[in-house]
Amino acid sequence: MAASRTDAPAALRAESLSKAYGDRRALESVSFSAAPGELVAIIGPNGAGKTTLLQILAGALAPTSGSVSLDRRDVGWVPQQPAVYSKLSVRENLRLFARLERVADVDATVERMLDQTGLTDRAGDAVGTLSGGNQQRVNVAVGLLGDPAVLLLDEPSSSLDPRQRERLWAFVSTLAREGGTTVVYSTHNVAEAERYADRLLVLADGELLFTGTPAELEQATGEHDAIDFEGAFVRFLRSRGH
Amino acid sequence: MRWLLLKDLQILRRSPLLVALLVLYPLVVALLVGAALSSGPSKPKVAFANLVPADEARIDLGGRQLDATSYASELFDKVDPIRVDSREEAIAKVESGEALGALVVPPDVIERLQGSLGLGGGEPPAVEVYYSAENPLKRRYVEATIDATLADANKALSDEIFKEAAGYLNLIVAGGQISLPLVGDVNILGLRRAQSIIDGALAGMPPDDPSVAALRQVSRFARLAAENLDVSKPILASIANPVRVEERALSGSDASLDVFGVEVAVVISLMFVTLLLAAGMLALEREEHAFGRLVRGLVSRTGLLAEKIGLAGLCAWALAAVMLAVLVGFLDLGWSRTPLWLLALAFAAVAFAALGVAIGGLTREVRAASLLAFMLALPIAALALIPSGAVNPTLYDAIRIVSGLFPFKPALDALDAAISGGELATPLLHLAALTLGFGAIARLALRRFA
Repeated sequence: MAASRTDAPAALRAESLSKAYGDRRALESVSFSAAPGELVAIIGPNGAGKTTLLQILAGALAPTSGSVSLDRRDVGWVPQQPAVYSKLSVRENLRLFARLERVADVDATVERMLDQTGLTDRAGDAVGTLSGGNQQRVNVAVGLLGDPAVLLLDEPSSSLDPRQRERLWAFVSTLAREGGTTVVYSTHNVAEAERYADRLLVLADGELLFTGTPAELEQATGEHDAIDFEGAFVRFLRSRGH
Repeated sequence: MRWLLLKDLQILRRSPLLVALLVLYPLVVALLVGAALSSGPSKPKVAFANLVPADEARIDLGGRQLDATSYASELFDKVDPIRVDSREEAIAKVESGEALGALVVPPDVIERLQGSLGLGGGEPPAVEVYYSAENPLKRRYVEATIDATLADANKALSDEIFKEAAGYLNLIVAGGQISLPLVGDVNILGLRRAQSIIDGALAGMPPDDPSVAALRQVSRFARLAAENLDVSKPILASIANPVRVEERALSGSDASLDVFGVEVAVVISLMFVTLLLAAGMLALEREEHAFGRLVRGLVSRTGLLAEKIGLAGLCAWALAAVMLAVLVGFLDLGWSRTPLWLLALAFAAVAFAALGVAIGGLTREVRAASLLAFMLALPIAALALIPSGAVNPTLYDAIRIVSGLFPFKPALDALDAAISGGELATPLLHLAALTLGFGAIARLALRRFA
């Protein structure tokens, strides 16, 4: 299934993306593409450049060099921290960002997102009073308001408990499988990447070390039968000098 | 941008405590500053011990009895007296802090004053002043108050002496009755009448009489003396008041102290509300992590700054306009210049808001932004209120330059020109330039804001 998606025309294409902060190279000539409906996980140690790559793809950060094929308006972005206003209610946040996104039918879109994210019952509550999991759902809902072709999620499950994580991934998987939305997400949770991603991008020190399926990453270590996936990932990084 | 503006107003509406503090704190500060500036110092409490016995309080001035205690009222025009009966009691009042200082009139003061007025020599009269020099500021204040008070009393006394002296001169020139001790009423001929008598006698004498030349000399002396003594009265008056003061303001405002107090109060309120709102609301975008989401195509960075400047400027402008309207009503200044002071407040609000977003952009955190806004606002206001001549010229030049870099001074100048009349265009242009400058700083700060 992953192979067929890879063969399809790319929904997102990044060409030689580099980002430097002064002398420090945060990202070094990263190129990849993602097909419609594909779930791509970006994994790597701390400081690998995962958030920088997502910010550049989202149009929130300008690359030092390189290009992204998509217009900002075709990309939904869900930053790591809920980027919503805690004093406003869930509905008010969605209405605000829907208006800023110039969505055609604001009310209908907001109600649809409330329904999709299971937040209808909490629509009138101030976001600051919600649990971390529900705040993240609002965050995701805002990212989806413009009905984007590509959804970018930065560490989406880091503040969630296992039950909330399960619900989030079920929702995201449905978006990709049934809605055809391309989802690119970063995570520290290697097991989550193995379980939900069609394809992995392994970043370390700004370099793209690997692109392929989880199975291909295990194969790359040469000892996939002897160790679990997280072990294989760590061994892979060590083998590449990280 | 209007959706962002509405969003910020919604957030403010849901933060009633913040809004109340934001409005009340500057209002209280402004009203206190305004009251302090416009009311001036109240009368200081001074312990007063008059040790002159009641039956010895009269001064004999050329036979006329003056009551020295009547001059005490001059002393009390500028102070609030605490009357005590002894020097020790007066000193105790100062030491206890109940009185700022003590004024003691010793028992021999009338005797010495009588000696001075009668040209009898001896020590001139002196009053005793006691105060606690707990700090240099208080020392200067007490000295200035007592000096001014005694100067008024001395002037009142010298006016009486002048009146007496003028009366004597009149008697010598025109003649009349005078009552002298032990002698009783005496009729004084006077120079003019003496001249008339001599001239009458001369008219009846033969020209070759040997006494004629001598009598003519006496007549001429009487005439010259009368004319010159007449002239001496204004000279004496000028000695009593040697310098007359004519005040002409070369530059600046005609505003009264009350109006100036109102202007300062309003500009301080405007400054606090605008700075805190603009800085806080911009920093809040980052604290809520919304900045990155907003500026990835939903709103431009410049648009975001314009929205914050508009929000803070509008809220503060409305507050300041209401405050000014109330205070102008109290002072009965009239409403004909209302459009001008609304214009001045608008320019000032926008300039303060631009400074506010620069603070918010540089600090990037609401708490740090609020702290920096406070830390900047108070010294800016204090520096702008230092008058020329109060410090050395070099330091004053430096203060003028620093004040000119921030909106407080031009805002105060603009409001003063709008209320009291004067050149309004220059401070408005100054405020516009500061708006552009701080706006540019804020825009640069947003490059590293996310």
